[in-house]
Amino acid sequence: MPELFEELGLKRDEYDSICEILGREPNKVELGMYSVMWSEHCSYKSSKEQLRKLPTEGPRILMGPGENAGVVDIGDGFAVVFKLESHNHPSAVEPFQGAATGVGGIVRDIFTMGARPIASLDPLRFGSLESPRTRYLFDGVVAGIASYGNCLGIPTVAGDLYFEEAYEENPLINVMCLGIMPRERLILGRASEPGSIGVLIGSSTGRDGIGGVSVLASQEFDETSAAKRPSVQVGDPFTEKLEIEACLEMLDKGLLLGLQDLGGAGLTCATCETAERGGCGMDVDVGKVPLREPGMEPIEIMMSESQERMWALTSPDNLDEVLGICEKWGLDATPLATVTEGDRLRLFLDGVVIADVPASSLAQGPEYHRPAEKPAYIDKVQSADPGALPAPDDLGAALMDLLGSPNICSRRWVWEQYDHMVRLNTVLLPGGDAGVLRVMGSSKGIALSCDCNGRFCYLDPNLGTQIAVAESGRNVACTGATPVALTNCLNFGNPEKPTIFWQFVQSVEGLAEACRQLDTPVVGGNVSFYNESFGEAIYPTPVIGMLGILEDVRARVGSAFSREGDHVVLLGDTAAEFGGSEYLKVLHGKVEGKPPALDWEAEKALQKCLVRAAGAGALASAHDLSEGGLAVALAECCVQGGTGAHLELPGTLPAPAALFSESQSRAVVSVPAQRLADLEDIAAELDVPLHILGTTGGTSLEIKGMLELGVDEMSEVYDTSLEKLIAGATR
Amino acid sequence: MRFGVVVFPGSNCDHDCFYVLEHVLGQQVSYVWHGDTDVSGYDCLVLPGGFSYGDYLRTGAVARFSPVMGAIERFANAGGYVIGICNGFQILLEAGLLPGAMMRNTGLKFICRFVDIRVETSSTPWTSSASVGQVLSAPIAHNEGNYQVDTMQLEEMKRHGQVVFRYCSPEGSVLPEFNPNGATEAIAGVCSIEGNVLGMMPHPERASEAEMGSEDGLVVWRSLLTHCGVNV
Repeated sequence: MPELFEELGLKRDEYDSICEILGREPNKVELGMYSVMWSEHCSYKSSKEQLRKLPTEGPRILMGPGENAGVVDIGDGFAVVFKLESHNHPSAVEPFQGAATGVGGIVRDIFTMGARPIASLDPLRFGSLESPRTRYLFDGVVAGIASYGNCLGIPTVAGDLYFEEAYEENPLINVMCLGIMPRERLILGRASEPGSIGVLIGSSTGRDGIGGVSVLASQEFDETSAAKRPSVQVGDPFTEKLEIEACLEMLDKGLLLGLQDLGGAGLTCATCETAERGGCGMDVDVGKVPLREPGMEPIEIMMSESQERMWALTSPDNLDEVLGICEKWGLDATPLATVTEGDRLRLFLDGVVIADVPASSLAQGPEYHRPAEKPAYIDKVQSADPGALPAPDDLGAALMDLLGSPNICSRRWVWEQYDHMVRLNTVLLPGGDAGVLRVMGSSKGIALSCDCNGRFCYLDPNLGTQIAVAESGRNVACTGATPVALTNCLNFGNPEKPTIFWQFVQSVEGLAEACRQLDTPVVGGNVSFYNESFGEAIYPTPVIGMLGILEDVRARVGSAFSREGDHVVLLGDTAAEFGGSEYLKVLHGKVEGKPPALDWEAEKALQKCLVRAAGAGALASAHDLSEGGLAVALAECCVQGGTGAHLELPGTLPAPAALFSESQSRAVVSVPAQRLADLEDIAAELDVPLHILGTTGGTSLEIKGMLELGVDEMSEVYDTSLEKLIAGATR
Repeated sequence: MRFGVVVFPGSNCDHDCFYVLEHVLGQQVSYVWHGDTDVSGYDCLVLPGGFSYGDYLRTGAVARFSPVMGAIERFANAGGYVIGICNGFQILLEAGLLPGAMMRNTGLKFICRFVDIRVETSSTPWTSSASVGQVLSAPIAHNEGNYQVDTMQLEEMKRHGQVVFRYCSPEGSVLPEFNPNGATEAIAGVCSIEGNVLGMMPHPERASEAEMGSEDGLVVWRSLLTHCGVNV
């Protein structure tokens, strides 16, 4: 089989290991199964060793990594399930379907655990909008997410979006989903009772997506990528919507023993993983799988990644009722496997065994210790001194440039294409720091934010990753929520290159440190390697998806200045930190320097201060400071609320630093006059620096001695830039 | 009153309508399955938003053939109250229970946002508690809300007072820049000649609680309840 294993993406030593496990050469079907399960995408063979460094436990954590998604106890009898995943390569090849099926995949991971999906988020990264290809990809991806998510009736409540040349050929399409359930409905993807039945539910199996995980997701891109389009699947959100309803109905009736979705590696993955987790074996009748076309080989059936299929385990007693519920929802359902004692996964065709392997050997896969080497560029970019660049002549014009920058301007064009209100939970609409949902049947609220500044991670992967966690925590804290747990999608280049692997190791170590500091365990996530095109890697991009909990959802805080006469207060201190900043990129065309420093004590104190002040009802608004610094944050507060502000900045920093520095651990809040003393008390107690800048009101943002801009003129640029850039306008 | 929320495969605002009718308005509510052929015992049927049958052929085009639609038609013809919201409106158009047809939004994009709509008549059961010219804030969330009807039919509809809502500015002016989807004469909602069947693209159930950003949608539900003699 030498030619075949290479064609399937396996290495020689991996092939030798398979022979050793089986005590013989694998047949073609077995080899196909190993090739998909041992792909980087499914086996995490390069990342496993590093991921063990992450803290994954805590009092609220009901289920950490290893199942389909992590589960967190939010109190009042409810648990939430959430996960972030990538669909980068399929979307680069076919943006609409790639993104759509990305949504489908992550949503299945959520209801597979017994939760009803109630929110999606979409962190996206593209190349420059000046490139027609980027505009094509961006438009298609947003339409694909909208098409699938809207049809399912799951609101897309937040996301984040960056445009950088580093993502030109290899955009990042990450999708996060969160579901909620009564705690007792939690179900695992396990086949742990011999004699129970495996039922394949939903779409029939076709030749689409064969080898998606191994061919598309686990290799770099090159000029042959377009030919890989047949490896992208086509989504059918209608069928998935029916599956959500049918599966939740079965779970409410207590009919299932285990549930798993079919995603990457299809039926191979669903059967071997459920068997392995449950400590059992499984006999699967491949001949019973409903097919879309005649003549499919067993290897194709086992490797197919046809979408919208679920794998349910039920007792023989409940089988009829399971099939009845599927019929009610118009779904095909075929019992085709029996759980066995032992650990063999055996496939049958016409009564003949066509594959016989230990389930755990497929599910666990190999593990590599990859060499890591610091890339040469790091010292070079970090030695630059961005502070030495000349200050702009016109600070107001500089702010307007930033407000129109594709990385800062309003994302309204995107979120208006997503149904962000269905299910009646979205109590803070998109555009603020985090999406906030109420929890029906409880007084609590859920805040969600996705963050990662890839430039910071490029300049210093360890610190950049810590900043990503800090920012996502700060974003949920700005709404009044306490960050409690996170998921992540670690997007990197080719891990076989030591310099890329160094970025990965640094990033994971930064993530581990940040999680310990903020007390937010990692409950699950995804690693996406091989994000390279023609040998060029993307910026290291460890996207963080943060879950925050509001004890009382009525205490939530938005980011807009919505009243006149409130005090405007800056929490946290500013230093001249321009490394990797939006200011440096937009005004000087440079990506260099060191990311801003991060002092965890200051960060934690700020987040506590925000949560406590929100809980005390002292805040009229709160907004995190990130890209573009204080000036951009203030402008956003004004534009979103349609209210101006008259301010004076304290301290002796030169104007560009005071306005545009991206120092961490800061937020700008507005406070009713009679509540200022309360905020001052809280800040003093937590040792958070507090600077009163002025008051809200009027029709312009005036920062004394620096700039004055009308709210209307800022809105015009902030609100319309993205739409114009998509239409092909140049900056 | 007894409300029935019809569940088609792919409906996704069914839970929202149920929740508002039961928890906000305190009414009796049940789900009505698309395969049911008996809708007796209900005072009002709600066809909720969503993507019935995935909207695969054309919005509402498959759902209109559901077994329940025959029963709904008889129910409506007998004077029963029927409201179709978003996809429900599209289904009522396909079923011929309301005049006109729906095309894709002129911008060819799905649009989800709060819009303002003006009440054009208070002579329907659905707007009896509102005043003509009153502006309501409610969300739209659709890809096909571009309501089309020919001139002759439109004139007849106007004669019968069947144009119920129009998209407008926050001050109540009907202007092209406030028409989100290209609908003929900015029409956002229409009713049957007798007024008992209403179709509207904006979602009143999403504007029925202050917590969700608007309570303006309550006027639709409360008008009906008042019209039917229920204290609200």
